[in-house]
Amino acid sequence: MPYLDTLNANFAGAFTTSAFRDNARVLIDAERATKVLFPLLKCLKEECGFNFLTELGGIDYLGYEGATDRFCVVYGLTNLTTGDRLWVKAFANDPSPELPSAVELWRGADWMEREVYDMYGVRFTGHPDLRRILMPSEYTAYPLRKDYPLRGHGERHNFPTVTRADS
Amino acid sequence: MPVDTATPPDDIAGADQEFLYTLNFGPQHPATHTTLRLILTLDGETIVNAVPDIGYLHSGFEKLGEDLDFNQYVTVVDRMNYISPFGNECAWFTTVEKLLGIEITPRCKYIRVILAELARISDHLLCVGAAALDLGALTAFLYAFNAREKIYNVMESSSGQRFHPSYARVGGLMADISDDVVALIRDFVKTFPKVHSDIVRLLNRNRIFLDRTKGIGVLSKEDAISYSCSGPVARASGVVRDLRKDEPYLAYKELSGAFKIVCGKGGDCYNRYLVRMGEMLESWKIIHAAVENLPTGPVNVDLNDKLTIPDKNATYRSIEGLIQHFELFMWNRRWETPVEEVYGANETANGELGFYLVADGTGKAFRARTRPPSFIHFAVFPLMIEGHQISDVPAVLGSLNIIAAELDR
Repeated sequence: MPYLDTLNANFAGAFTTSAFRDNARVLIDAERATKVLFPLLKCLKEECGFNFLTELGGIDYLGYEGATDRFCVVYGLTNLTTGDRLWVKAFANDPSPELPSAVELWRGADWMEREVYDMYGVRFTGHPDLRRILMPSEYTAYPLRKDYPLRGHGERHNFPTVTRADS
Repeated sequence: MPVDTATPPDDIAGADQEFLYTLNFGPQHPATHTTLRLILTLDGETIVNAVPDIGYLHSGFEKLGEDLDFNQYVTVVDRMNYISPFGNECAWFTTVEKLLGIEITPRCKYIRVILAELARISDHLLCVGAAALDLGALTAFLYAFNAREKIYNVMESSSGQRFHPSYARVGGLMADISDDVVALIRDFVKTFPKVHSDIVRLLNRNRIFLDRTKGIGVLSKEDAISYSCSGPVARASGVVRDLRKDEPYLAYKELSGAFKIVCGKGGDCYNRYLVRMGEMLESWKIIHAAVENLPTGPVNVDLNDKLTIPDKNATYRSIEGLIQHFELFMWNRRWETPVEEVYGANETANGELGFYLVADGTGKAFRARTRPPSFIHFAVFPLMIEGHQISDVPAVLGSLNIIAAELDR
């Protein structure tokens, strides 16, 4: 793996690797992610040829076997020349999960980061327009978190309505 | 002191802003086809800025994916891009089967390829037909929908449902296809080129259609890569990437001689239309090759692997079948999965549809993240529409093929 040599030269000790089936992964734990993630993604994009951000999604590892950090943002990178794929997993923790935004590197990260913020409450520092995207703006919870119940907290039934008298 | 009228004031740009006005496009508008809203800032009829507002159809599919098991979730996956549901099913089960390490049977691979390509044709027909409809060409839309009926007939006779087949299962299919279905597919293969050439003759050199689509909504190759575009949208901008060739799944490796990747260079609405028309012919070639080489044999993996649902005969007439059925349907049994995560993706009609599946050892996903192509493509819309006229909005929207159910999930 040529990218591993480049990463080891620049970020030795800051990340670990794992693999399953055809997915090769680079993992950055919560302590280092805020500092290391952005330069690492930049290095992968500019020096290792991973120029395409295929996917960006969040995971909440609350109660997952063997998990140490709670939130994770998964970056799926593709090298369009060779077709190689690489998965970068960056972790974040309560009380204020925060990661650097990748919008500067890939414009496509804009909406995907907004979705992660909307669903998990992970804030992306440096994001140009970090607002809720799917849920209404007055919504206060983060629905894809594991401690949010499947049927919600009754938001649907207590939705504020405007009556004819009020209008 | 006389007022100097020769030199414009410093805040001339600011003064111009007063002539801009805001127009809400949607959420209910015939040209959006689905429920989405655009907040357009206009200078006369020229669009200065467009802000998409989405989420009207958000129904928590990914949360449901954490509550339903792999086979149950297929009904929800069907409803993401409901124009080509079988493509979604293939993508979902590609991921699940990658997680469980299942190699499906050759016959199942071919059937999935045939139905997925039929779904792609169905999706492209709708996209092309509706795009033409929004620009005032009703006839092409009717021709397209007539052909789509035939595809729905195939789906109905194979799975029992026209719209949401829910036909695939872990390790195979709900049931094998019968000879009647093969005859229907052969009939479709025979009649489709006529429909295709009809649409080509109606639109390809149609003066009005050309004026409305050429040079409209241009997306450069660099922007297509930067905005994570995939599928026809990226290929129309010159990104040569098709998972069917680059990461062949199902039977595409064996069928790779039968088709080519269709690409454009211009990146405008007309190029996206041409790429979709070209892809339909390639899909037609794949279906033709696959249906003539359809392997015989079982459609599900071996029952002894304890991964597939046994058919009714095995369930009611053998103890192994009954036990297997029980094991897969009891909520505390189901599959034993590795505590791992995996990403699987297929080239669906709209682009790369991927699932990031985190498994925790039970038969349910701990996390079932979808990579929805519509969501990613809609993010490019403000860039594409800026500087164009308000009448170009339907042209650009139609060429992107935004499906709100997949957009909002």
